[in-house]
Amino acid sequence: MNYDILITGLIIVAQILAVVVPVLISVAFLVYAERKVLALIQLRRGPNIVGPFGILQSFADALKLITKENIIPSGSNKIVFILAPIITMVLSLAGWAVIPFSPGWVVSDINVGIMYLFAVSSLGVYGIIMAGWASNSQYPFLGALRSAAQMVSYEVSIGFVIITVLLCVGSLNLSKIVLAQQTVWFAIPLLPMFIIFFISALAETNRLPFDLPEDESTLVAGFFTEYSSASFVLFFLGEYASMILMSSMTVILFLGGWLPPFDVYPLNVVPGVIWFTVKVIFILFLFIWVRGTFPRYRYDQLMRLGWKVFLPFSLFWVVATSGFLVYFDMLPN
Amino acid sequence: MVLYSLTFYLFSSIAVLSALMVISAKNPVHSVLFLILSFVNASGLFVLLGAEFLAMILVVVYVGAVAVLFLFVVMMLDINFVKLREGFLQYLPFGALLGIVLVIELGILFLTDRSSNIYNNQTPLQPIVSEVENTKMIGQILYTEYFYLFQICGIILLVAMIGSITLTLRDKGGVKRQNIDSQNTVDASTAIEKKKVKIGEGI
Repeated sequence: MNYDILITGLIIVAQILAVVVPVLISVAFLVYAERKVLALIQLRRGPNIVGPFGILQSFADALKLITKENIIPSGSNKIVFILAPIITMVLSLAGWAVIPFSPGWVVSDINVGIMYLFAVSSLGVYGIIMAGWASNSQYPFLGALRSAAQMVSYEVSIGFVIITVLLCVGSLNLSKIVLAQQTVWFAIPLLPMFIIFFISALAETNRLPFDLPEDESTLVAGFFTEYSSASFVLFFLGEYASMILMSSMTVILFLGGWLPPFDVYPLNVVPGVIWFTVKVIFILFLFIWVRGTFPRYRYDQLMRLGWKVFLPFSLFWVVATSGFLVYFDMLPN
Repeated sequence: MVLYSLTFYLFSSIAVLSALMVISAKNPVHSVLFLILSFVNASGLFVLLGAEFLAMILVVVYVGAVAVLFLFVVMMLDINFVKLREGFLQYLPFGALLGIVLVIELGILFLTDRSSNIYNNQTPLQPIVSEVENTKMIGQILYTEYFYLFQICGIILLVAMIGSITLTLRDKGGVKRQNIDSQNTVDASTAIEKKKVKIGEGI
């Protein structure tokens, strides 16, 4: 009886590790890939010293940062100051519990998978607000206020985009969302929503051109100005892990998850997890490409885009999609 | 089953303790953070009851949006707690009255026949397992039986939204606003004007 609980517990721990460890390793390589791609865009060589082609650069950076002294400002609110990076990191890993990498390859296949992802990504703002407030310093506080307003604004249009996809699927389960795209990926019929979702994902993860919370030309380093060493590493890892999470969410909602582009012979023997990874890498490349190409938005432009452009448009698209589905009697059961 | 009870007691005890901390914490920001912890644990309890949709809605709406703005406001305001505590004795009778009324109401609720069934039933509550997802069940009941009430809720929210916008909208004159369309339509013919300037004179 007791052994059963123990074995179930061990299986759960093993499943969690099987997801979290690859995610953390891919974060390290994502940082390397970002630096290399940015270097190529700017006609530089990028990291090329540590290991072959500099591939171990991120690990060297992580070791360097962790071995440094962790400074906690004397005027800060210590408990909240230490909690903030931990919350950011935990939340960016928590979302992975419901991501289906391949048919059946999911830690927890819950009914409300997409709602869970939405909830976890909307909680991400707490790490930033707590960091900004607890630092007891002007720049982090300004960064925190900016990010609070920004993330709440873009969540609204993300919500509408998700509703549009759900109207076409008829379920909140992520595996069912992927299976509903067997005939056509949602990126094709819902192309404008795909674009809105991608841009909102940039804003939600505080990436350029929407990285105003950590705007280095006006706010030093934004909300993590006062952080050093291991707590800084946690913020850094959290940001990149949530970037990969948002990319996986985009892939599941619009690019058919683990499904091959066409269900024909040489493509459909490739394992689903490889298709999933390839698509996630493609979206991540877009993230980095946007960072290397576009200038940063001004704060009022950011708010205007969120509330005056995306919100009305996505609301219109929800109504249009549901009208279309009802009129042509294509509503899923 | 043991695991189920253990998680129930974990969530409920943290929820109650953090609710206590909300009213006893000295720092208002800590109060709000404890309120958020309490919300999250309440949503954990919903998951244990098998109401996963409600749990997620609780997190998305209350924790992800309402509490963020609440925290935002509390951080911006400079609340002097010593000053707030001054009137403690003055408000004590009123607060005590409210508390007593609430306790009596809860007592009546537990003693009536309807709830005594649950109260006497010693087996722990089990999550209701059914073929239909509870998201679908909520939709089916909300858009049929409670359709008018649901619409009225929507209208009330709309009125509240318009009300708050009109309260905060101030149309001050002399504010320079960016008109992006007019900026984008600018070209050389509208932006540049050629003028012959006579020597020794300005424009």
